[in-house]
Amino acid sequence: MSAPVLQVDGLTKMFGGFTALDKVSLHLGRGERLGLIGPNGSGKTTMINCISGALINDEGSILFEGNEIKGLPAYKRACLGIARSFQIPRPFRSMTVLENLCVPLDYAAWDRIGHENIRDQAMEILETIGFADRANELSAGLTQVDLRKLELARAMAGKPTVLVSDEAMAGLSSSEVDEILEILMTLNDRGVAVIMIEHIMRAVMRFCERIVVLDAGHKIAEGTPEEIVENPDVERAYLGE
Amino acid sequence: MKPKIHLFWIGAAAVFAAGLMFTQVADNEFYFFASYVVLQAVIMATAWNILGGFTGYVNFGSAGFFAVGAYTTVALNKAFGLPLPVMIVAAAALSGLLGLAAGYLTLRLKGVYFAISTLAMSIVLETVANNWEYVGGASGAYILTPEDSWFFDSYIELLFMLILTLAIGSAAVARFLSSSRIGQGLAAIRDDEVAAASSGVPTLKLKLISASVMGAMMGVAGAPYPFFVTYVDPVSAFNLLVAVNAIAMPMIGGTATWIGPIIGGLVVGGAQEIITVTISSEMNLLVVGVMLVAFITLAPRGIVGLFQDFRDKKKRRKQ
Repeated sequence: MSAPVLQVDGLTKMFGGFTALDKVSLHLGRGERLGLIGPNGSGKTTMINCISGALINDEGSILFEGNEIKGLPAYKRACLGIARSFQIPRPFRSMTVLENLCVPLDYAAWDRIGHENIRDQAMEILETIGFADRANELSAGLTQVDLRKLELARAMAGKPTVLVSDEAMAGLSSSEVDEILEILMTLNDRGVAVIMIEHIMRAVMRFCERIVVLDAGHKIAEGTPEEIVENPDVERAYLGE
Repeated sequence: MKPKIHLFWIGAAAVFAAGLMFTQVADNEFYFFASYVVLQAVIMATAWNILGGFTGYVNFGSAGFFAVGAYTTVALNKAFGLPLPVMIVAAAALSGLLGLAAGYLTLRLKGVYFAISTLAMSIVLETVANNWEYVGGASGAYILTPEDSWFFDSYIELLFMLILTLAIGSAAVARFLSSSRIGQGLAAIRDDEVAAASSGVPTLKLKLISASVMGAMMGVAGAPYPFFVTYVDPVSAFNLLVAVNAIAMPMIGGTATWIGPIIGGLVVGGAQEIITVTISSEMNLLVVGVMLVAFITLAPRGIVGLFQDFRDKKKRRKQ
């Protein structure tokens, strides 16, 4: 296996006296699909906040393509190629769907792509995920599932190497989950490594090649979906003794 | 995109030419005094809107930046007797730096905290002015207007043309900002700062640019003020009305575009001047208040928003 694109070692994050993450390590291969699961409050979102730069970890290191990124502000990490989608969609409400995509194209991806035809590139992304008919709609008026699609499309527009998808499917219907999964698959086909945080096990099992399980700030298991299902520790974390 | 740029500059040239004509035609000096006040308000509104409207950070300390501009002129005039354009540049630099410093200290604060800190900054600066004897302290300073008014009939005509040019300049700056990549980043910050950062927008840097430009522009509006009133004291320079007007005008005109504050400034400032002479000088304060409340409740996107809604409705009816 080639060197991992993202390597997290001994990551610790405290909130006052509460340890949200305790020496957690994980790695993500190039183009890999990794699931990050665990009960509520297990530290999943804290983990991706530390990776994306919204929070700064107290201890441990985060190597992205071999370089330490601890301490870099969130926007610089986005420029390096780490994109994230938000659990509760955060669209740029005064802008249309297309304009929403132009922001990461003009900023996060600015140094890595051509500066020409930003709008065409944004349109192309919308077409790939079958969202082009909404291009000129104001993002404030979108439905939940469309807002989730916009989150992923905007993350895509940053031309990332790593995408962290934070519960992109929570609260969606079964067919809508399939739509979002398809978008994530498309992204992955283009070589983007994906960390998926999700409670919908059907989606996690179908999508992920490998799964990391967190519980109360500790990594309790890691393995293929089949191994995770059989793991007694995971069962205990979710269902109790 | 290109023809639009031309249109803007043609419009700017037309306004400038109309102003020049006005100085040759009008013989009542009151018109120049009134127009000066309105145009000063337009610059203040445009400046406020760069941080308040484009970036989404409400600033109550406008009077502070304005007064720094005015006092820069008072001090430099007394010390060196520099020409006015030089003092305007100095005022812009100083109040721009103040914007940068205030921004660096306070722009990490969100929403209401930032608003309060700007108000506090203005009060601190007023205290400094009150105790700085060189520029007159609390009793204020008199400024003599130069006798030379170039080829204008009086110095007020010169000042009128100066403030008109400055207003056009600030409109150009605001327009450039709003249509540029920076403006797009500022809009992203205004809509959602966390999402902006994760889209690669350098949020702190852009907010500092926004605050510096806002400060510099307000300083520019304040720099010629001592020559206009010929007497500056802290109470008039740090007048809360300056700060209130700077907020009310963009709100009434519409904060989303560069032209909104200009329309707001012209409408509100014009109404204030007319009411001052026709009804009473106390009434004009009331009018700003009533207009502000009416627009915030009935048309939160201002005059520009009303116009856009009207245009959209018409378009829909056609389809």
